[in-house]
Amino acid sequence: MSIEVRIPTILRQYTDGEKAVEGSGATLAELIDDLESRHAGLRARLVDEKGLRRFVNVYLNDEDVRFLGGLETGVKDGDNVTVLPAVAGG
Amino acid sequence: MLEIAQSTYDEIVAHARRDHPDEACGVVTGPVGSDRPERYVPMLNAARSPTFYEFDSADLLALYREMDERDEEPVVIYHSHTATEAYPSRTDIALAQEPGAHYVLVSTREPDSVEFRSYRIVDGNVSEEEVSVVTTLSS
Repeated sequence: MSIEVRIPTILRQYTDGEKAVEGSGATLAELIDDLESRHAGLRARLVDEKGLRRFVNVYLNDEDVRFLGGLETGVKDGDNVTVLPAVAGG
Repeated sequence: MLEIAQSTYDEIVAHARRDHPDEACGVVTGPVGSDRPERYVPMLNAARSPTFYEFDSADLLALYREMDERDEEPVVIYHSHTATEAYPSRTDIALAQEPGAHYVLVSTREPDSVEFRSYRIVDGNVSEEEVSVVTTLSS
């Protein structure tokens, strides 16, 4: 099972500098847990007690997962997931 | 120090004035590692607010895909403050997630003058830097 996950610059400290890593799972939540097992600390940057962090965007095959099922979005082999920190401020 | 072309500076200021009193936002991209703000890319403020800005999430993905294809990175990330000074707010500092970028703040609080300042924001630390506006970027 292989899902490619593209990692933004600011999170590459958890992936030994790699801009893409691979993982598996049936849902985004499982995929993130799987990544955490090899890249400790990554999950906490993506998820908080309420779910996906507000200012981190996660896309499944070009769609923002907020409009799909959030953490429960189904994922499968061959999917592409991209993580991008929001560009925002006040 | 931020070195920026006059034409790019003018475009950013014009954008801020146009969107006032909402905050304007955008980037200026350049080749990875070059520190050259070459390509001005104004972005929609999805929040359309006088006190908050956020790039629309689909626009953000399209922008990063495009930069990836062109071997670019965001050299400048700019936004405007419409009633306060051109200094990063606590929110700006908390949400700055591109440690390599120059964060440019423009203030349009005064109708007859503009404030244009630049900062590095790394790990919650803000340091202001000089802005050098040039006719063309040095090679």
